[in-house]
Amino acid sequence: MSQNNKNRIALTGGAAAAEALKQIEPDVMAVYPITPQTTIIEAYAKFKADGEVATEVIEVESEHSAISACVGSSAAGARTVTATSSQGLALMNEILYIASGMRLPILMVVSARALSAPINIHGDHSDVMGARDAGWIQIFSENAQEMYDNTIIGMKLAEKTKLPVMAIMDGFNTSHSVENLEILSKEQVQKFVGEFAPEKYLLDVEHPVTFGPLALQNSYFEFKVQQEEAMGKATREYLKIAKEFEKLSGRKKDFFEAYKLEDAEQVIILAGSTAGTTKDVVDKMRKHDKKVGLLKINLFRPFPLKEIIAVLKDVKSIAVMERAISSGTYPPIYNDIVNGLYQAGENKNIQSIVYSLGGRDIFAKDIEKVFEDLINDKITKEIKYIGIKE
Amino acid sequence: MNKELAKNFASGHSACAGCGFPAIVRAILNESPDPVVVSNATGCLEVTSTLYPYTAWKTPYIHSAFENASATISGVERAHKALRKKGKVPKKIKFVVFGGDGGTYDIGLQSLSGALERGHDFVYVVYDNGGYMNTGNQRSSATPYGANTETTPVGKESFGKVEMRKNLMEIVNAHHIKYAAQANVAYLNDLKKKAKKAFETEGPAFLSVFSPCTNNWKFPTSQYVNIAKLATETNFWPLFEIEDGKYKINWATEKPKPVEEFLQTQGRFKHLFSEKYKPTLEEVKKIVQDEWKKLVDKTE
Repeated sequence: MSQNNKNRIALTGGAAAAEALKQIEPDVMAVYPITPQTTIIEAYAKFKADGEVATEVIEVESEHSAISACVGSSAAGARTVTATSSQGLALMNEILYIASGMRLPILMVVSARALSAPINIHGDHSDVMGARDAGWIQIFSENAQEMYDNTIIGMKLAEKTKLPVMAIMDGFNTSHSVENLEILSKEQVQKFVGEFAPEKYLLDVEHPVTFGPLALQNSYFEFKVQQEEAMGKATREYLKIAKEFEKLSGRKKDFFEAYKLEDAEQVIILAGSTAGTTKDVVDKMRKHDKKVGLLKINLFRPFPLKEIIAVLKDVKSIAVMERAISSGTYPPIYNDIVNGLYQAGENKNIQSIVYSLGGRDIFAKDIEKVFEDLINDKITKEIKYIGIKE
Repeated sequence: MNKELAKNFASGHSACAGCGFPAIVRAILNESPDPVVVSNATGCLEVTSTLYPYTAWKTPYIHSAFENASATISGVERAHKALRKKGKVPKKIKFVVFGGDGGTYDIGLQSLSGALERGHDFVYVVYDNGGYMNTGNQRSSATPYGANTETTPVGKESFGKVEMRKNLMEIVNAHHIKYAAQANVAYLNDLKKKAKKAFETEGPAFLSVFSPCTNNWKFPTSQYVNIAKLATETNFWPLFEIEDGKYKINWATEKPKPVEEFLQTQGRFKHLFSEKYKPTLEEVKKIVQDEWKKLVDKTE
């Protein structure tokens, strides 16, 4: 233990999220069970049963109602959280847009999982990628430590920007893996997130407000553009809050993690738990003088396009590895990166890769092969699928 | 307009002349002893009262979506509980949902059931006009047997809606709530009495209120109260309460008026009076009689 007030503790990603939520101690949490998220709400129910939190926990009858109750609670003026996965997030879809359109600072922990059909309970990013246009800030976590951190950062970011936030970890890979992590004290977390003091809220009966009016051709457009301006500003706000958290925790926080990128010629870009294995591969290949590196996405929406493209300036070739398909086109992060490179006037060789859908294992050798292909210029315009049976 | 009457719901909204719900909303909200927060399902009431930048609501109001007004109020009600404990919201507040029959019987039924089962302290009000009127008169599960709607049109091989109305009051009662009542906009004093009881009830209370639709039932705007009155006088829409599971009828007569007197006031039932649809008319009459008898049996 290097600094004061720090505890080391072994937790799964789910338990780490629950611990962060306990320290935040929101006013209201609306929940519905779904694998692999359920461990979070079970842990929280135990905190509540043991009198460790005063949070009003609403056990609703569906995820649609979970997010709907969150909309009501947040509009009412209460600090509000929920958690979900996969089909649950898909079921919430309609209300995700309403939460962001009403500018409600709801925090949602997502244990990212594959979408049916066929049904599969294991990790990938199909669910959160499907929600990427819903007006929510999205932050990916590599491991339990980052899940803990992003839950706390996410709560503050939501309330500062008046935009809802998804703090995301990989289902099972992170949510069910025990790791050793460092947690803050409850006092530190409480001080960091501060009081929630909305300007306008339903329970302020002296100043009645109408939430969710009908806006027609003469006003709807302005609402949506203003919302998008807020999303744009959230990029800076994220960095500010992430740096404050860095100061508090001693853990480096940024839009992304640039792992051995300074002189890198071949780079993998990805988000989530595979970053861990990729770093090992980078270390190993670096020992053989291969100039490889990793860019791990933390903040995904809003997408810090310029900052990402800036660190890729001297890179020769890139592989964007994703755990989601965007049916009929290239996957989401690839599209964002290509867009950024084009805007910067840079023409780089870039490979789109889809891997690990539905929890399919990915190994160090697979990632090494991705780097080797980049080194040997085996780059195509086709999407490559890693580990798919012939 | 009478300021006291419009203290929660102002004039200037764009509901049709001859629509039942403005009177329903005012009568109910004005019975609350405490400030009220309203959650409203998507529908006629919502679109005619919240056209940005105006609002008819002088009380805090939230419209989220069509099917989730009960889940939304669940969040508001629990937020109130949490913030009251913290001393951030000193006042007692009442919580009310308004939904049409589409948003209640159909798409919002799960959300309603969840909120009733969880026991939130709120009053749910369905203004029942027997169909999706905001989208132009499609059938709902509250549309009466034999009614002519855009999705159950009368044609060579169709007499209108084939199915009976869903018995929502029984479904609501199955949640063991303390108070549920059926009311009618034409009987305002009865409605107010029921609203008062609903507000006094701890936990969920439910009001089902008959609300004629001039546009899609097709009758002159001046007639909505008369038509609503006929609905009760013919036993088409009985007034009753369910208190702690016990049924009580609030209005009855030895000699109810013939159902035809109610049906013939509206374009949606016009076809029932031609020779061809005589059997359908007979079936409507039988349904009304049978349902009334079943209700009476429940009171014994």
